[in-house]
Amino acid sequence: MVEPAAMSTAREEILGRVRDALEGSTAPEPVVRAYRRAGDGDRSQAVELLCDRLVDYKAEVRRVAESDLPAAIAEVCAARSVSRLGVPDGLPHEWRPASIEIVEDTGLTSRELDGLDGVVTACTLAIAETGTLVLAAGPGEGRRALTLVPDLHICVVKESQIVDGVPAAFDHLGPVAQRPLTLVSGPSATSDIELSRVEGVHGPRQLVVLVASTG
Amino acid sequence: MTDFPAAARVELANGQLRANLHHATQTIRAKRAGVVAELPDWEELREAGRGIKADVLARLDEYLVQFESAAQAAGAQVHWARDAAEANAIVVEVARDHGVSEVVKMKSLTTDEIHLNDALAAAGISALETDFAELILQLDGDWSSHILVPAIHRNRTEIRDLFARTIADGPLTDDPSELAEAARVYLREKFLGARMGVSGANFGVAETGTICIVESEGNGRMCTTLPPVLVSILGIEKLVPSFADLEVFLQLLPRSSTGERMNPYTSLWTGVTPGDGPQEMHIVLLDAGRTRVLADEVGRVALHCIRCSACLNVCPVYTRTGGHAYGSVYPGPIGAILTPQLIGVDQAPSLPYASTLCGACYEVCPVKIDIPAVLLHLRSKVVEHKGATPERLAMRAMGWVFGSARRLRFAQRLGRVAQRPLVRGGSIRRLPGPLAGWTQGRTMRPVARESFRRWWSRRP
Ligand code: SF4
Repeated sequence: MVEPAAMSTAREEILGRVRDALEGSTAPEPVVRAYRRAGDGDRSQAVELLCDRLVDYKAEVRRVAESDLPAAIAEVCAARSVSRLGVPDGLPHEWRPASIEIVEDTGLTSRELDGLDGVVTACTLAIAETGTLVLAAGPGEGRRALTLVPDLHICVVKESQIVDGVPAAFDHLGPVAQRPLTLVSGPSATSDIELSRVEGVHGPRQLVVLVASTG
Repeated sequence: MTDFPAAARVELANGQLRANLHHATQTIRAKRAGVVAELPDWEELREAGRGIKADVLARLDEYLVQFESAAQAAGAQVHWARDAAEANAIVVEVARDHGVSEVVKMKSLTTDEIHLNDALAAAGISALETDFAELILQLDGDWSSHILVPAIHRNRTEIRDLFARTIADGPLTDDPSELAEAARVYLREKFLGARMGVSGANFGVAETGTICIVESEGNGRMCTTLPPVLVSILGIEKLVPSFADLEVFLQLLPRSSTGERMNPYTSLWTGVTPGDGPQEMHIVLLDAGRTRVLADEVGRVALHCIRCSACLNVCPVYTRTGGHAYGSVYPGPIGAILTPQLIGVDQAPSLPYASTLCGACYEVCPVKIDIPAVLLHLRSKVVEHKGATPERLAMRAMGWVFGSARRLRFAQRLGRVAQRPLVRGGSIRRLPGPLAGWTQGRTMRPVARESFRRWWSRRP
């Protein structure tokens, strides 16, 4: 093992080098934050924009009433021959379709996750301007591996969870900053082959977003 | 270290590379311009990004200590490494403690910089690169030519042949989605069985001890989520003061790098979360020359870099020579100012000259690094090493000229008159006297008959 003494020496030495390097420097001006914090807050525009941006990045988007979620989830699964659907702890029972085998994530191994056909989760919020879903390990959102290993991720976004831009999202995320957070913008992709975008490398190759109105 | 002009001559002769590079850099540039234009507050974001980075460096000692204690409080083990060897030794020790002989890795320039894979190999541990492009390079024993699209110099037929030789277990066409599928199948097994992951980091948050990783493919999520043990290596300049500062960089980085509004996956985590992800988390805070860069009040802005690679794609030198000619992990304009400072200007004296000072890099840089100014500064340091030469005097003069818009206008006018006897067929082929070395490897463009400024000011 690296000697604890050497470690603390490295620490002190690096901090010492930093202080030496900074000695005599002039203090920088205060940071100017003149960028936009939030838009005009028009909810219907934000919903439209989110759907548009998600589709642009190759997610499938459906707008449904919250009460129709089980039917919509069942349809998505049927269209892809999904028979075993993983769900996280805390996913509302009234969202779950009866027609599909539901597998609760009670600490499944990575290989067991790999055996699922798909997964359905909630999210913490969505950012319209960038087409981003934010998962913050809250109830119904699952741990990180659950939305990573299966090939299909169905994510439910309530219209009330949509914010317009990135700064507005961070206003909400402050209190959960230390939880594992995953920002998802479209399915996994690479552009490494002559820059043609290929959807789906390691994360879910199919992302289906159900935008639910609660009205 | 290899000499830039010599290496560039070799790379320029490679037609495939040049064609791929041209296509790739043009495509990314157009995408970037499109998504940057969507944001009405792009300039304000750049200014905030610059300001935050300047603040980080000015109080780096405080932020490092704050980061360390927040990460420790969340269950991470924090290590400090003065140099590459110390950082590598820490990773090797963690692997040995767990009896691990293979680690899964996500692309990281920092780990390339310290040659972590070689150090692990020397200790009998193999490091599996899991980014699509890095995998290609690793299978082929090649190395990266672009920060963001490392295999930019390989086309699909070459990739098909390589996969057919190595990882594919059936016949393969050169359809990109089929190639991606082959990599997915091969790596999936590796991820599911992995016992240790290694990553770099895009940002570390001093306030919360959080690490942030920005990626496209999902291999980063695999490496940082599935293995029970994780080591993340973080250059000390990668800190941001507060969690909310990420709202600036998560707008600047994806738009500048891949030209997307947001990259497919951004992961943030803090220490260890019971029941979610690795239950043992190590963070290595790496110096390896960064404090040396910090000590130079002009050159330290190179540490603001968020590795977006936008400056590469607009650079007239990089887009012709490719990354290999720079002979360093960090290519392009940023490499020309960062590498010589990290390892010492005497070790890479030709890099600060690998530029035409056109200023395109400064214009696209999301954190407003004035790369041409740092290049001039470093050139004067190079010539200090060599003693007084006509070159040195020319550099001094150039620094003085660029220092003022009025002087620049005057010098351009003067240049247009003074160069007349040298111009042949629209370009200067050979400069006279002691400056001849400047035109040996390239033809120098004469000062334009009409400067951009003059054209601009007489525009209707
Ligand atoms: S110097 Fe600026 S433009 Fe170049 S890679 Fe760094 S952040 Fe991007």
